[in-house]
Amino acid sequence: MRRFARLYDALDATTSTNAKVGAMVAYFADAPPADAAWAVFFLTGRRLTRLIGPRLLAGWAGEHARVPEWLFLECITVAGDLAETIALLLDTGRSPSAEPPALSVLIEQTLLPLREADEEAKKRAVVGLWDALERREVFLLNKLLTGEMRVGVSATLVIRALAQHAGLPPATIAHRLMGAWEPSAKSFAALLRADATDADVSRPYPFFLASPLDEEPEALGERSEWLVEWKWDGIRAQAVRRGGGAYLWSRGEELITDRFPDLSGVWAALPEGTVLDGEVLAYSQAAPLPFSVLQRRIGRQKLSPKILAEAPAAFMAFDVLEQRGEDLRALPLRDRRARLEELVAGRSERLLLSPAVDAPGWAELRALRQQARERGVEGLMLKRWTSPYRVGRPRGDWIKWKIDPYSIDAVLVYAQPGHGRRATLMTDLTFAVWSEGELVPVAKAYSGLTDDEIDRLDRWIRQHTLERFGPVRAVEPVHVFELHFEGIAESARHRGGIAVRFPRIARWRTDKKPEDADTIESLRALLKVR
Amino acid sequence: MIVESAQGLHCPAGGFWVDPLVPVERAVLTHAHGDHARPGSAAYLCVAECAPLVRRRLGPEARIETLEYGERHRAGDVTLSLHPAGHMRGSAQVRIEGRDGVWVVSGDYKRQPDPTCAPFEPQRCDAFITEATYALPLFRWDAPGSVAREILAWWEGNSRKASLLFCYALGKAQRLLAELALLTDRPAYLHGTVENYTEIYRSAGIALLPTRLVGEEKSFAGELVLAPITARGTPWMKRFRSFESAFASGLLRIRGTRRRRGFDRGFVISDHADWPALLQTVRETGAQRVFATHGYREALVRHLRESGLQADPIGATQPPDPEGD
Repeated sequence: MRRFARLYDALDATTSTNAKVGAMVAYFADAPPADAAWAVFFLTGRRLTRLIGPRLLAGWAGEHARVPEWLFLECITVAGDLAETIALLLDTGRSPSAEPPALSVLIEQTLLPLREADEEAKKRAVVGLWDALERREVFLLNKLLTGEMRVGVSATLVIRALAQHAGLPPATIAHRLMGAWEPSAKSFAALLRADATDADVSRPYPFFLASPLDEEPEALGERSEWLVEWKWDGIRAQAVRRGGGAYLWSRGEELITDRFPDLSGVWAALPEGTVLDGEVLAYSQAAPLPFSVLQRRIGRQKLSPKILAEAPAAFMAFDVLEQRGEDLRALPLRDRRARLEELVAGRSERLLLSPAVDAPGWAELRALRQQARERGVEGLMLKRWTSPYRVGRPRGDWIKWKIDPYSIDAVLVYAQPGHGRRATLMTDLTFAVWSEGELVPVAKAYSGLTDDEIDRLDRWIRQHTLERFGPVRAVEPVHVFELHFEGIAESARHRGGIAVRFPRIARWRTDKKPEDADTIESLRALLKVR
Repeated sequence: MIVESAQGLHCPAGGFWVDPLVPVERAVLTHAHGDHARPGSAAYLCVAECAPLVRRRLGPEARIETLEYGERHRAGDVTLSLHPAGHMRGSAQVRIEGRDGVWVVSGDYKRQPDPTCAPFEPQRCDAFITEATYALPLFRWDAPGSVAREILAWWEGNSRKASLLFCYALGKAQRLLAELALLTDRPAYLHGTVENYTEIYRSAGIALLPTRLVGEEKSFAGELVLAPITARGTPWMKRFRSFESAFASGLLRIRGTRRRRGFDRGFVISDHADWPALLQTVRETGAQRVFATHGYREALVRHLRESGLQADPIGATQPPDPEGD
């Protein structure tokens, strides 16, 4: 417990990724495997379900700290967090025990059994622990009890640290950590083993990600060496059908099977021992619906029949990674594609095969790409016929040839400091377009300027601030920027009634005046393109 | 004996105001911070140790008279004396003795040791006007020596970056330099505002870390830099290409405060009394009548009433000091 608390503090105390990885590597080298397993569990964002409700916990803490309820509530209002309030109130110069229980012992032998215990026993156990632990440990204990333990570190960094510690490629660790990972000394050892056989039936493969086309496609060589598909605008996902079950994993390694009950027929129709890579789409009348339609159902807690009817899901398969339990990733794409076509054919009307775009040459493809928006896709995907299914985003075999982004000219209206390295510079910028003679904010953008431009703009913003709202400055609306973005949808939550996707700064248009900027009407016109 | 007025705390029988909010005839100052020592009054009275600091803030024209700690001074119908408050160098409680008994205005104070100033001396009184900046039971301070060791470890850990430590330029900065001087003799760099006050402390013979003014150096890698919080986010910061930032304040007892304000580290060290110290001090004065000012005064008032004292809030509700504690 103490070791984990120190790790938590070390991660909390720095924004440097190297320092975070270093702290984790040191922890993994030092901690007993059973504890390290639980640390991995929490570091990768997994959580225990709540053991004790916050109200009960608050009541015991107030009583134990001899703080009346009104004063306890004042404290929570100020600290903003129950777990922390309790830790601070109980921090009264006690002398905690020399060595608190190990993390795994604490969780497995004390906390998890509390689920079955009565209230009196729970209280005895919790108060006893409070007295035995240091301030930071009390805070973490409370987070464990309320099921809200979160650590400020990304999965990528945890994987990097484990890989460094084990001397394995990060992809191996990433794969072993996917799916429902059970924390134990055994599973932690398996995570690090040089030759582990991977047994978890639900586990997906690490995703192969495409890199952008940064030259003319002619430079890629013969058209015939490439499979060309549409680039679908949905949720990238792997469908895993193993051990009698089905699991749908998003690229963010989130299990999203239950979010798509309308795809259960697809899984049932797949043979045992199959893993498909593809895109979940909202799909109706032989055409994909806009991503914003799919997005509407992602946010819902409950999927009503109405929502399901408005945004019916389909799985657009484009690769097969496993068949009859055999890992196919090393096979060339040509062979995987042949198997995929056979596997998918006629299984279910909600299971689609991403068709090959068979224009004969790059020039014809260039023309087809121009129609992408009308077709409701993001552009083209180019995949080398001879390529294996790789891990991560290596360059050269999978290439996305995206449609040119949308482009507008907008006026800078608000600015605030950035984060981390840019905390001293005004780099979070808000842009507006004209609507009936007023500037209405439509996009925030953080990137796209050179360091010199950032310095220049930062100075200008400080000298031309009209008003301050906390960290946000309203500035004189005189500078025009060309913004690029990937998508546009109506939105009731944005002031202009429009939300744009992935906005970034393309150019500082010093040649334009604010009155030359676009209007909300010209933005609305973009809505109709697709 | 003390009444609330638009100008601040007023003693009509003595003809003076304590830390007045606007210019008055006669101001008695508890210490030299900007939210207590304001310009424009016709005459100021403070302890001798405090005078050079007040002079720096108010300029050469200000009329400043001084008393030694404990020296009794007749003012109108009352006898006035100033007693150590332990908040910072030259900080004082104002004790007023008159027909209505003994009243004490605490000013800002703390009960922790501080190598830069005389320790707080509790005064028996009938009525006690106490500060309440941190009057919630979640505010309890760790020993300053252990915080200084944390700061030193952080500084030593940042060998390839500057360690940018924000703190109150007057009082807190010098306290940190004095605490650190007990642990190391590595020099620290100072922002100009901090440097001004630090020279006054040094010439008063207080042992501080050796210091240098931040100039046009190219790299501050491995160096500790003390700066006022008002310097954060200004172009002054641009000289630090690579740095970790920290803030030293009682406010950072709350983790969320540090995170919201975007500091890498927070060092919890305050020049105000924490909750146990406030309750202890009220007890030691023996006062039956207590007034609380600043911060979480409502909580302290309610708590004291529930323990049987006559307690009330007093003074203007001020916005928090932008420089922080």
